[in-house]
Amino acid sequence: MAAKKKNDARQAVVVGGNRTPFARSNGAYANASNQDMLTAAIDGLIARYGLAGERLGEVVGGAVLKHARDFNLVRESVLGSALAPDTPAHDIQKACDTSIEAAVSISNKIRLGQIDAGIACGTDTTSDAPVALNEDLREVLMDANRAKEPLDFVKLVGRLRPSQLVPEIPRNAEPRTGMAMGEHQAITTAEWEISREAQDAIAVASHNNLFAAYENGFFDDLVTPFQGLNRDDNMRPGSDMEKLAKLKPVFGDPETGTMTAANSTPLTDGAAAALIATPAWAEERDLPQLARVVDAESAAVDYVHGHEGLLMAPAYAVPRMLDRNGLTLQDFDIYEIHEAFAGTVLSTLAAWEDDAFCKERLGRDEALGSIDMSKLNPKGSSLATGHPFAATGARIIATAAKQLDEMGGGRALISVCAAGGNGVVMILEA
Amino acid sequence: MADTYAKLVQSDIGKRVADLLGLPQPVELRRHTPGEPLVPGVALLGGAAGGFLLDTASKLLVDAGTEVHEQPDEADTRYAAVVYDASGIETSEGLDDLYRTVQGGVRRLARNARIVVLAADPDEVADLRHRTAQRALEGFTRSLAKEVGGKGATVNLINVAPDAEQGAVAPLRFFLSGRSAFVTGQVVTVGPPTDVAPSVPADHDKPLAEKVAVVTGAARGIGAAIAETLGRDGAHVVCVDLPSAGQQLADVANSVGGAAFPLDVSAEDAPEKLVSYLTERHGGVDILVHNAGITRDKTLAGMDDKRWDMVLGINLVAIERINEHLLEQDALKDNGRIIALSSAVGGIAGNRGQTNYGATKAGIIGHVAGLAPTLAENGSTANAIAPGFIETEMTDRMPFGPREVGRRISSLGQGGQPLDVAEAIAYLAGPDTTWINGTVLRVCGQSLLGA
Repeated sequence: MAAKKKNDARQAVVVGGNRTPFARSNGAYANASNQDMLTAAIDGLIARYGLAGERLGEVVGGAVLKHARDFNLVRESVLGSALAPDTPAHDIQKACDTSIEAAVSISNKIRLGQIDAGIACGTDTTSDAPVALNEDLREVLMDANRAKEPLDFVKLVGRLRPSQLVPEIPRNAEPRTGMAMGEHQAITTAEWEISREAQDAIAVASHNNLFAAYENGFFDDLVTPFQGLNRDDNMRPGSDMEKLAKLKPVFGDPETGTMTAANSTPLTDGAAAALIATPAWAEERDLPQLARVVDAESAAVDYVHGHEGLLMAPAYAVPRMLDRNGLTLQDFDIYEIHEAFAGTVLSTLAAWEDDAFCKERLGRDEALGSIDMSKLNPKGSSLATGHPFAATGARIIATAAKQLDEMGGGRALISVCAAGGNGVVMILEA
Repeated sequence: MADTYAKLVQSDIGKRVADLLGLPQPVELRRHTPGEPLVPGVALLGGAAGGFLLDTASKLLVDAGTEVHEQPDEADTRYAAVVYDASGIETSEGLDDLYRTVQGGVRRLARNARIVVLAADPDEVADLRHRTAQRALEGFTRSLAKEVGGKGATVNLINVAPDAEQGAVAPLRFFLSGRSAFVTGQVVTVGPPTDVAPSVPADHDKPLAEKVAVVTGAARGIGAAIAETLGRDGAHVVCVDLPSAGQQLADVANSVGGAAFPLDVSAEDAPEKLVSYLTERHGGVDILVHNAGITRDKTLAGMDDKRWDMVLGINLVAIERINEHLLEQDALKDNGRIIALSSAVGGIAGNRGQTNYGATKAGIIGHVAGLAPTLAENGSTANAIAPGFIETEMTDRMPFGPREVGRRISSLGQGGQPLDVAEAIAYLAGPDTTWINGTVLRVCGQSLLGA
């Protein structure tokens, strides 16, 4: 109990967030690098809270698709930003969980008393993605690097083949299964018998909620326009079920498949950052304290051998976190569940409603039950904003924290699934 | 932004060609650099007997470490400043002393010199002959400004109400300094004094230390220069601009060590949002600069509702609504400053195709004058700045002819820089300008337009 008390003494609160508008791949940000976008997201955050020249305890973040030269991406971005140059920074990478994991790291450091304030951030671009040398060619070149005698080089020339000119392009596929994420989700979606209509309804709500939030000025202090883009250009205001019903499946069975381009997230470019600090640090600067980071939990599932769907880790993480905090699934005012696919959100919710799943897989006496769907992603989520992988966690944390603050208090559940069968969930409270 | 002609005639060869052809040769103006002396050379100081401002002027010059001569010396010294206290001139015949003394200085004037005449505010002088003589000074200074402008020198007049000597220090300091490079041929009125005395800043290079300032339209051009200048002078600057200014606004805010607050000032809820931000974040505001403005030119016959409403809404209604709410919420701190951008051409002279813009810019002049008495109770002030031809992206897009005319018809033979407007605002934002209230200051190089 002593340890818990110590934790209570030091809270980590979300002060605010900032992101670039998200842009569909090869569009508005076709010529922006990860570092450009991350620097912009950090600078916008610094400007919003008047922190130019300040030294923060730590900036943690990363990108999923990363050039080799970007090994120190976050530190380089900090050096290019308005923060004091002696602000430490480091990169992490946990696929789509990158910036939520960064937020866990920052808030833990804060609660341990190691730092007073820090930034969790992430960026991704599929427009300026690294393209690697063909693996065969790379081996030849590495051997050439090791070769000493002229004759060795001649031998190596004999190993060159035209086929080696085909580069390695990063793919949105699981290395262990060779299947695209969408293909994995298609299996899960089918297993949970999620209907096309239910998925399209999630997509429609996402676009309309996001649009309404923009119109109401909700994002005025969460988004800083970048390179001529004012809002997420994936957003389709006025989306309706009829339009979406016309789309053909892109994942799963071409005939019976239910996953379309509208209920799956597109490839997107963008960056996001969230500022987390102790209440005292925020108070000293008269800055907002939107919400407190209460707890977080990681989980992973064995999708390789088919025991569980690739993106189902949050279904396991949430119950563990709820138990630890003495909460039920219904004790929340907002549910921010990352919409990798509408099917992911619905499969996760279905699993929690399912007695068999909750008994057999989670080892519980009964199902967690259902949630009030009007509390799900009230300001839209990834289907509408788009999903620059590493940026999504920071986007969701800031969005959830601001909602809690506007509500005058409440509790939010955040859930972000990721490649590799990972998932991170978090509780915010205001 | 580049006045290529001015650069050219400032070069060696360019100067020779210009001499040959008798072309105008604008000089590079002396502008303020923190840390430099107030007067970069010797000052000539004189005054008519019985004046009440000579001691004030003398003390300022001596405190600033300036070498002061009471009459031109034998050594052919060039004078960087000429200051004359004319307040004691009680008859028109007495103007003779002004003519002789200032002439002595003008014949030995250094480049970029500053001539300042101090006077008793004619409106506060009861005696008819005294009043006439004091009013004569305005014609004298305005005409002299046109004679010495070619040297980059400026001439300005400070009219001081009785017992308001203390309030004359700030404008005198401003006119002597590099901050007033593009202000010439102007009249400033100081006083009457109020219960709140002007407070002298501890550090004249950081006169706005500890102050919180708001600048609207701060993402670019003149607004960005204002933010930068107020930041340089020590203020924490909240930079306001349209949300779409995004990254540009963030960059300005970060470069001045301030904060960005994206806001459409003409939005219905803008006053409430801005004031609650300032209250929560800073417990109020010290300096509010209304710079945001637009033009949508069209002759009145061709005017449409959209052009009319947009210009009125952003340039005037937004300012009135924000000020009303600010004062209602008591969010303007004591010794606060409200400074709004008018326009020398649109707001004072009038301009074809700008009935909408002209109405807003003249309205601003009435607005600050009307606000002044209320604000004075807390030592606060409201003033307007009326810029003339200022080199911005907007003037860059003007056709060549009008642009060249705009530049050369000022007494200084050139356009001003956004910095010149910003310096004038920083001066009025200072804690020592308490008794300058409800006025308009033109930053126009004494342009023929809007005189």
